Amino acid sequence: ADVCTFGMLISKVDICAEEICVCLYEFYRSFKDYLHSHIPCRRRDVLVLTPWLAPIVWEGTFSRDILNAQYMQKKLVTGVVTFAVKKYVQFIEGFMSSANKYFLAGHQVIFYLFTDNPEQIPHIQMAPENRLFVIPVQNHSRWQDISMSRMDIISRYIRSQFQYEVHYLYSIDVDVQLFEHIGVEIIDALVGTISSWQYTARRESKSYETRTESQAAIPKGEGDFYYTASFYGGSVAEVYKLTRACFKGVMKDRENGIEARWHDESHLNKYLLYHKPTRLLSPEYYWDAELSRPRIIQVKRMCSVHKNKRRQVIRSIMWAMLSCHVFLPLDFTII
Amino acid sequence: YTFECCYNSLTFLFFSFRRQDVLTVTPWLAPIVWEGTFNAEILDSAYRPLNLTVGVTAFAIGKYTRFVGRFLESAEKHFMKGYRVNYYIFTDNPETIPTVQLQPGRRLVIVPIKKYPSWQEISMRRMEAINKHIAETSHGEVDYLFCLDIDMVFYNAWGPETLGDIVAALHPGYFNVPRSQFPYERRSSSAAHIPDGEGDFYYGGAVFGGLVKKVYEFTKTCHMTILTDKANGIMAAWQEESHLNRHFLSHKPSKVLSPEYLWDDRKPKPPEIHLIRFSTVDKDYKEIRD
Repeated sequence: ADVCTFGMLISKVDICAEEICVCLYEFYRSFKDYLHSHIPCRRRDVLVLTPWLAPIVWEGTFSRDILNAQYMQKKLVTGVVTFAVKKYVQFIEGFMSSANKYFLAGHQVIFYLFTDNPEQIPHIQMAPENRLFVIPVQNHSRWQDISMSRMDIISRYIRSQFQYEVHYLYSIDVDVQLFEHIGVEIIDALVGTISSWQYTARRESKSYETRTESQAAIPKGEGDFYYTASFYGGSVAEVYKLTRACFKGVMKDRENGIEARWHDESHLNKYLLYHKPTRLLSPEYYWDAELSRPRIIQVKRMCSVHKNKRRQVIRSIMWAMLSCHVFLPLDFTII
Repeated sequence: YTFECCYNSLTFLFFSFRRQDVLTVTPWLAPIVWEGTFNAEILDSAYRPLNLTVGVTAFAIGKYTRFVGRFLESAEKHFMKGYRVNYYIFTDNPETIPTVQLQPGRRLVIVPIKKYPSWQEISMRRMEAINKHIAETSHGEVDYLFCLDIDMVFYNAWGPETLGDIVAALHPGYFNVPRSQFPYERRSSSAAHIPDGEGDFYYGGAVFGGLVKKVYEFTKTCHMTILTDKANGIMAAWQEESHLNRHFLSHKPSKVLSPEYLWDDRKPKPPEIHLIRFSTVDKDYKEIRD
């Protein structure tokens, strides 16, 4: 990349605020190793438990072997709901092939793929335990309407179909790829994923709806985490309640001529503030490829598919260069 | 060098609720409850509207009836305040149970029970008695059930942070020693046997609980393994506590309480223990066990 482009890039690179980790000096503080020394999984650099005692799932906090053994005893079926409307059909192949490989591998998963263009679906090789249902759906002219109608569609289909077929259900954006296993550590009654944007300096760009006219409004100073609407789920009962409540909020806002700042995501955040999730997934579980990865994200399990390939390549080069720093990445604005 | 941390209004709250000196989540993602890991207000606001009734079982056999008064009085001050509570006191001597003033919504139920000849037998029969009582009575009366030792006192709040499907507590004597020192039953002839190199934690037999349905299930399993040992003429090293540990190895608890919830006052308080909530009463074991 020439110097000019490089300079522009640096000013745009997101600074990692890493609010949910402690100051680095604590990392080196003495730790009593004899305390549960046989337990291999520990993370002390991040928050692993919410104040309402819901675990936050990070690499290093869990043993998938133990969890698999527990899960196997129960013979559970998990569903995945995804929407591929209009040009989003281009992402189906990448999503389905990586999900078949990495999403609850070895366990029974039913994929429900909603699309307005069933003929355009390529042939997908499914893992033997998995099933795929293609469900035709109407499209809307505005992507925001498509996004918000997902809540309605999910709740209606839970009621009419999904509750009889799966125990747990997850809604995942289709424009993603999985790079690492996402396993049974995600299974719990009500699960939200912490947004990767929580870690950027430009926090204002991704935050709660504050206008009190909207149903999604959260009073200033309140809020636990910012959750992403790209990956959430739980038991069918809980997901039903969540999607119903969110869609009610969307409809009420529509009546009042207002649209929440981040659409269905704002409503999701409102719901999860007052109905605390029983488990949180760290941003490892959905990483927005626009952002550079802070040290605390040891694994990127699922990433948004970046539309601009060139930018992606330049970012990877930059990150590789900067990772050579032994200490903390320097404040990029100083550079 | 620069610090990477950045506090904003969204996350500032969480720095008051974290413990880094101790393990707060098990490898199967069950929370380990320590002071400083939870916000009692948030939990209360989530549980209060559910109108729950919490049961407590405690066995006061023989001379152990002398502990009932202090147990109940301290429970009235600290145990699940503001919730409906049923105390089930199992005793061979109902007349010696003192009358204790209870808060509204809380009641005392005396459950007559047979006295066995040895204290070990009494201890191990608890599983059977609890299981039978759930089937006959408490399943219809409570949502959650805690099975506690009677010779203990509450000193600080014990609230809804303790509620879960299957709840066990870390034994105060073994939470900070290497696993090889856990007093599991090591003889392979016992049904409570845990081989070397296995085991997650050493759980105390004085505190366990959970959803009444789950407590029914695991008291039944423990009673079965106790009977198996009896048929083979063996008694586990720490009686039903050994069987409990065996059970919780293969059926992991969904929530673990730190030793704050099961303390032994004879022990000096280590820095990890910030608050003692429930602890033993000093007593002469020889005298009391007859």
